[in-house]
Amino acid sequence: MKRRALLAGYAALAAAPYAAARAAERTKIVWWHAMTAALAEQVNRLVDEFNKSQDAVEVQAIFKGGYADTMNAAIAASRAGQAPHLVQVFEVGTGTMINAPGKFVKQVWELSKETGIALDPKNYIGAVRGYYSLPDGRMASMPFNSSTSVMWYSKDAFKKAGLDPEKPPVTWADVVKAAQAIKAKDAAEIPCTSAWFSWIQVEQFSALHNLPFASKADGFEGLDAELQFNSKAHVKHLDRLLAMAKDGAFKYTGRDNTPSQLLVSGKVGIHFDSSGSRGDLVKSAKFEWGEALLPYDAEVIKSPLNSIIGGASLWTMTGPDRKPAEYKAVAQFLAFIGKPENDAYWHQHTGYVPVTLAGFELSKKQGFYTQNLGADLPAQQLTRGSVTPNSKGLRLGRLVEIRNIVYEEVEKAFQGGQTGKQALDNAVTRGDKVLRDFQKSIKA
Amino acid sequence: MERRTVFGGWLLPMLLVLPQLLLTGFFFYWPAGQAVWSSLTIQDAFGEGVVFVGLDNFTELLSDPLYRDSVVRTIVFCLTVSALAMGLALALAVFADKEIRGKGAYRTLLIWPYAIAPAMSAVLFLFILDPRVGLIGRRLNQFGIDWDYHLNGGQAMLMVVLASAWKQVSYNFIFFLAGLQSIPRAVTEAARMDGAKTWHRFRTITFPLLAPTTFFLLVVNVVYAAFDTFGTINALTHGGPGKDTETLVLKVFRDGVINQDIGSSSAQSVILMLGVIAITAVQFRFMGKKVTE
Repeated sequence: MKRRALLAGYAALAAAPYAAARAAERTKIVWWHAMTAALAEQVNRLVDEFNKSQDAVEVQAIFKGGYADTMNAAIAASRAGQAPHLVQVFEVGTGTMINAPGKFVKQVWELSKETGIALDPKNYIGAVRGYYSLPDGRMASMPFNSSTSVMWYSKDAFKKAGLDPEKPPVTWADVVKAAQAIKAKDAAEIPCTSAWFSWIQVEQFSALHNLPFASKADGFEGLDAELQFNSKAHVKHLDRLLAMAKDGAFKYTGRDNTPSQLLVSGKVGIHFDSSGSRGDLVKSAKFEWGEALLPYDAEVIKSPLNSIIGGASLWTMTGPDRKPAEYKAVAQFLAFIGKPENDAYWHQHTGYVPVTLAGFELSKKQGFYTQNLGADLPAQQLTRGSVTPNSKGLRLGRLVEIRNIVYEEVEKAFQGGQTGKQALDNAVTRGDKVLRDFQKSIKA
Repeated sequence: MERRTVFGGWLLPMLLVLPQLLLTGFFFYWPAGQAVWSSLTIQDAFGEGVVFVGLDNFTELLSDPLYRDSVVRTIVFCLTVSALAMGLALALAVFADKEIRGKGAYRTLLIWPYAIAPAMSAVLFLFILDPRVGLIGRRLNQFGIDWDYHLNGGQAMLMVVLASAWKQVSYNFIFFLAGLQSIPRAVTEAARMDGAKTWHRFRTITFPLLAPTTFFLLVVNVVYAAFDTFGTINALTHGGPGKDTETLVLKVFRDGVINQDIGSSSAQSVILMLGVIAITAVQFRFMGKKVTE
């Protein structure tokens, strides 16, 4: 309700850098991001490198809070005609941004065409680029920090349970067996758990098994997409986790990244989480851990597809008096970020996956993966096979809310209040309503 | 004796109240007006296509069983938090009002929690009650009590009620203590001479004389529980498990800020605003009486 009142504030904040830009000769562009701590240092390093590499453009990176805050700030600033040049938007905000009216956002393909600076989609990893592209392959936003999810496991717990610590489970049947063994030997306080339950156990599960999460190619082909994650295979998977929970082999330990602390503290045997957990594990884990590909259900698919990404991308924003030189500067900066050496550096120092194929190759050549065994596993998982409409990513408005709904319904099921099928059916019904509301708001 | 300054004409009085009017207009009426307008529309996040839909957002909300559940939950939550926070504060204030050694330090300590940010108090409660890393939460599980607020709605509610009430005890304490100190000693001492026991004195003299304070605090606490607990709840449970700890203000945030559903979120704000107006009106009526009597 205070949105409009806040606009004035944002406008004032956003206006400051522009005033300075007029004084200097270099074209100044402003980039709002949501990276904190070590990640923010890497953002600043990237910007410094770019500013030093040439003298026509100066990028200014501004931290704007969490992902949701950053996106809201950018939208509010757009409404006031004071948007930053670039803004980092999390992957679930893609649906909103891609449907933004053309006068607020300049998509990457458009930017490239207008400025003549090549930003070729082919340079980027398919599963990364796909998430941020139009159905015909033109890129809407620039891939930046991407992660995917993997399976982490405690080698200590595996040894204690009499399992081979060098042979992580490959299929879900293996996971069930391993978790039961860990439970039986009391080898870990929590035999198996999952962070980001909606993302990993529903969205990733769909992609890996080539199942649609929603109709219309997961929403890529129209706002009238309907959710479909209550298929037999999905229900079977949730039922499996519910059955494990009943035996104590699986524990539901909270939403989003709440369970992540348990992984680092070494209380979990098998843990599903973002590939970005590696940094924390390297820094703080006092046990022997391993990283493995996400397991699949061999009865649903013989060889699993690529996983999908999480993370964020960069959107080029427009404003009423933005000059062509500013767009050119933005394009130059985006091209700079996508250079193999910069992408590789970013990947190796943040734990995000490389977003360009060349960056991945360069990291291999530099010997990064021989020094950090398993660090190439997320990229392998993202690049394996060929991307299908079901493994391209999700293009749904208000996806955050759909995730919340999944959490709510699944939590009810884990409490014993409903069956797996009821949970997913309810989540689909409620989620569809969210999609219809979004569709209405876009058509408005 | 009453003294009244009478201004001639309109200009000077208008000038004198203008700063206040401007502030109120700019920071209250303007955004509130925007909220009312937005609640009658459907719009996309960027505010490009705004369509007037009349009361659609309201009818949709009120016909949504999940929203009605949320209303009931919020009322229960507010009353529980208020009762707990005020009850504890009153007990502490009664004790602190006695002549005890080191009461200065004791009183000061009791006021501290008020200065803690809601998110921080939530973190403190996590340290204590988290089922796997919390000081007490762990113990409970070790003793075979199945404590897990990630999955047990009742436990989650208990935790957010405790965390929210704890933060408000200090504030109530200050007011109760001030209220107690303003009760003339002569009255209680006369009762003592008449042989009234402690509890009897409290029930028949102290508590009735505290009524204005209590009523004021009740209003403040209900409003606190309805609005200011957002940070605590959001940090502790995000409204989960299921929707078991989702209060109205959490839903406004979720729909408006996370989902960019401006229309529905504004409609919810307007409903909340009406609620506060109603509570305030009641307060003014009752308090007004007390003052004129």
